[in-house]
Amino acid sequence: MHELGVVFSVVRQVETVCMENAVTKVNKVVLELGEVSTVIPAYLVDCWQWAIKRTQILQETELEIRMIDAVTYCEDCEKEYPTVKHGKICPYCGSEKTYLLCGNEFIIKELEVE
Amino acid sequence: MGDYRIIEVKQSVFADNNADAALLREELTADGTFLINLMSSPGAGKTTTLKRTIAALADTVRMGVMEADIDGEVDAAAIEAAGAKAIQIHTGGMCHLDADMTRQGIREFGTKDLDLVVLENVGNLVCPAEFDTGAMRNVMILSVPEGDDKPLKYPLMFRNCQLVLVNKCDVLPVFDDFDCARVEERIHFRNPDCKVIFLSAKTGEGFDEWIEILRTWITEFKQGQMTPPVHYDI
Repeated sequence: MHELGVVFSVVRQVETVCMENAVTKVNKVVLELGEVSTVIPAYLVDCWQWAIKRTQILQETELEIRMIDAVTYCEDCEKEYPTVKHGKICPYCGSEKTYLLCGNEFIIKELEVE
Repeated sequence: MGDYRIIEVKQSVFADNNADAALLREELTADGTFLINLMSSPGAGKTTTLKRTIAALADTVRMGVMEADIDGEVDAAAIEAAGAKAIQIHTGGMCHLDADMTRQGIREFGTKDLDLVVLENVGNLVCPAEFDTGAMRNVMILSVPEGDDKPLKYPLMFRNCQLVLVNKCDVLPVFDDFDCARVEERIHFRNPDCKVIFLSAKTGEGFDEWIEILRTWITEFKQGQMTPPVHYDI
């Protein structure tokens, strides 16, 4: 299961940050998740609930997920459009010379700690 | 109001894996061990291809295979029987191998005396493509019965591979809707630089070309002339 692997990575990175900052209790972890990051929020939360029971300091930690809209840029007509609705082909000019501006993020934004 | 503070982290979760992958590549370069990440769907013929590859390289290349599966050890047993050093990694339910798991496996393996290690990734065309394992080359096997439309359905897999082996070519007469020219065109639509070889692990057809590429890669790697692959996250 894909989300399980990324949750392990998040736990490991958060634990490292806690160690560096001498933190013993984390109330909340805030993630920024792009619409096309390939990670499904509901599964991520399920895996999180399972994984934190196996940690020392994250047992009670809430996971907040903030979604980032995916936007694609067209090199030919220089317009931007929503990726999820139109995919790789520009809805204005039909060009395939497009690239993703944002929306594939998977970022640990911040921790709320005591 | 609670008595709490905020720590700004702003770290990409994928960045952690990319750093692990870079570290492993550095270590393997120092050891002189060339790592290939071999991916495919379940049943495309990874193990059969490897068995024939082991036989072809046996006299000149010291080779090891890391088998990654959710459970079982049938693949590792088959590889050992074919004459290469093998280790079985259990991913414990995970659908792919990340760089840290690869590194742990490699360390347990001990690569000092190996010229070539092939990581046989979990059979899956989706998740393994998303994680850089630290390999110097990513190779994918697409078998004829799966159909020639796979590059259209699994873009990232084809984008992140430097070579696609189209396997089971011996059954082309039966699967006559599989169009070799079309599959090559579709692979190059996703990744113009990707090499494509048509072969059959069963009959050995096309194997000379694959073995030749492997030998060239190992030589380039040992002479320090190989650049690591660019890894796309999406």
